[in-house]
Amino acid sequence: MTQIQEMTLDEIRHLVSENAIQGETVVLNMGPQHPSTHGVLRLIVELDGEVIVNAIPDIGFLHTGVEKNMEAKTYQKAEVMTDRLDYLNTMGNNLAYVMAIEKLIDLDVPPRAQAIRVILTELQRIASHLVWIGTSALDLAAMSVFLYAFREREMILDIFEMCSGQRMMTTYFRPGGLWRDVPVEFEDAVRNFVRIFPRRVDEYEALLTKNPLFLDRTVGIGKLTREQALQYGVTGPTLRASGVAWDLRKVSPYMGYEQYDFNIPTHTAGDVYARYLVRVQEMRESLKIVQQALAKLPYGPVRSNNRKYVPPPRSEIGVSMEALIHHFKLWTEGFTPPKGAVYSAVESPRGELGVYLESDGSPKPYRVHWRTPSFDNLQVLPILAKGHLIADLVAIIGSIDIVLGDIDR
Amino acid sequence: MEAKLQSVVQRLQERFPLQVEEFRGEAHVFVQAEHLLHLLEFLKTQEGFEMLSTVTAVDYWPQQQPRFHVIYQLLSLQHNLRLQVRVPVNATEPVLPTITSIYANASWREREVWDMFGIRFQGHPDLRRILMPQDWQGHPLRKDYPLGYEEPQFTFNFEEINQRKPYAKE
Repeated sequence: MTQIQEMTLDEIRHLVSENAIQGETVVLNMGPQHPSTHGVLRLIVELDGEVIVNAIPDIGFLHTGVEKNMEAKTYQKAEVMTDRLDYLNTMGNNLAYVMAIEKLIDLDVPPRAQAIRVILTELQRIASHLVWIGTSALDLAAMSVFLYAFREREMILDIFEMCSGQRMMTTYFRPGGLWRDVPVEFEDAVRNFVRIFPRRVDEYEALLTKNPLFLDRTVGIGKLTREQALQYGVTGPTLRASGVAWDLRKVSPYMGYEQYDFNIPTHTAGDVYARYLVRVQEMRESLKIVQQALAKLPYGPVRSNNRKYVPPPRSEIGVSMEALIHHFKLWTEGFTPPKGAVYSAVESPRGELGVYLESDGSPKPYRVHWRTPSFDNLQVLPILAKGHLIADLVAIIGSIDIVLGDIDR
Repeated sequence: MEAKLQSVVQRLQERFPLQVEEFRGEAHVFVQAEHLLHLLEFLKTQEGFEMLSTVTAVDYWPQQQPRFHVIYQLLSLQHNLRLQVRVPVNATEPVLPTITSIYANASWREREVWDMFGIRFQGHPDLRRILMPQDWQGHPLRKDYPLGYEEPQFTFNFEEINQRKPYAKE
């Protein structure tokens, strides 16, 4: 084990101002173990009194080598790694990965599987926003929202457990469809959630939206202009709060999003409060999508019939020799997509989640790169934090909704 | 390939020496390092590719000439188009000019490519490792970098393997 490395001022000399070298401003370490950095984020903050001169993020504490590990596994087996990237958006990560594979091998997905994928990813978006509203309100000392938000999140995780057997590490979407069809209780459980959830969002809004203490801490804090957002590749609710109506579900629909009627909430203020409003409205829009998808959930198969890539159903294996051979080949050797490289992106709760997938014709991916939204969104933190009080830094980190598993991969 | 993307690629071909590959409706533009900055500048200012989605690389070891491809994934919000620019990089001198002056978020992405592949970006304001520890040896996503594994311990060799396990011991 190498020795724990200490960072000296010399190494970050080029990042801090001249005043810090002369001792006129204070350089303060915040994190990586800090309750309001939402994970293991370390910040080197330069302070002039209580005012932030510069905040330099230091990341990598949660680096697990997912990209390298995925190169060493077959396409199906690598999928379990995707759950562990952005652990608040497991269904969305599964979707991004299987969509990249489906694009690479040009595989069709049956309509029922598409609709179930939409329902589950939208529920996941709500669950992720619930964690965000709970934790970022907790950072601003509004404790009760946290308790309510986690109560509703638990209902969504119960639905996931019902489908996939797991609350968080789902691996439910597979190339060409789903692992298996949803159980019979699924529709009732989702309907129950759709029925009670709008009132619960009203409850959170009653606690926060017009709360003068909350407004004091959020309005005008951490402003991001439209130009800065584009320049830094910021996506998702953070971009939409800066006045750019850009949502991949709308502009390049996948999984049949074009059939559903929903809006893209946008605000122009670009501050912490605008990002709060965008996410709260997004929860309502996601619920609309779930409702519509559930109302016209088609019947039919949930897996593609292409046996070269998708395993046959269990019932066929006992009676068909081909099915047995396909099953054996798929689970020992894996499938071999054609040579080529694709980039496929989905809208995660945090922004554009892209997968660059390159195949050399072998059963293992040659290169998997994750374009994770939190990575680019965190880069604007120095801009957002500059000139604000150190107490506001907590509100700003909460408002860009980063997940460190998503950043460090 | 979409007609809009096709016309962008055509205008690029008139101005720059490049090869184009098409796969599943995506355009992959291969360009040499010396034209990279001009090409990206042109794409951003003239063709409306205002956002850089990601920068990454692929290692084709043991192939040496070129060993790497550095990949710039661009996005145009106004035209709703995506374009991939690929730059071959040789094993002997893995250096590229930085594009942080054109796209600001390339800063961390280039640090990641340096960290993971050992490709240097000339003119980068702060080219330190980003994900691995600062004193790390090697570049993990290179294909000649071993994945690493855990040796299974049995009763007869438990102590022996425990000796060389890389965690802190008293």
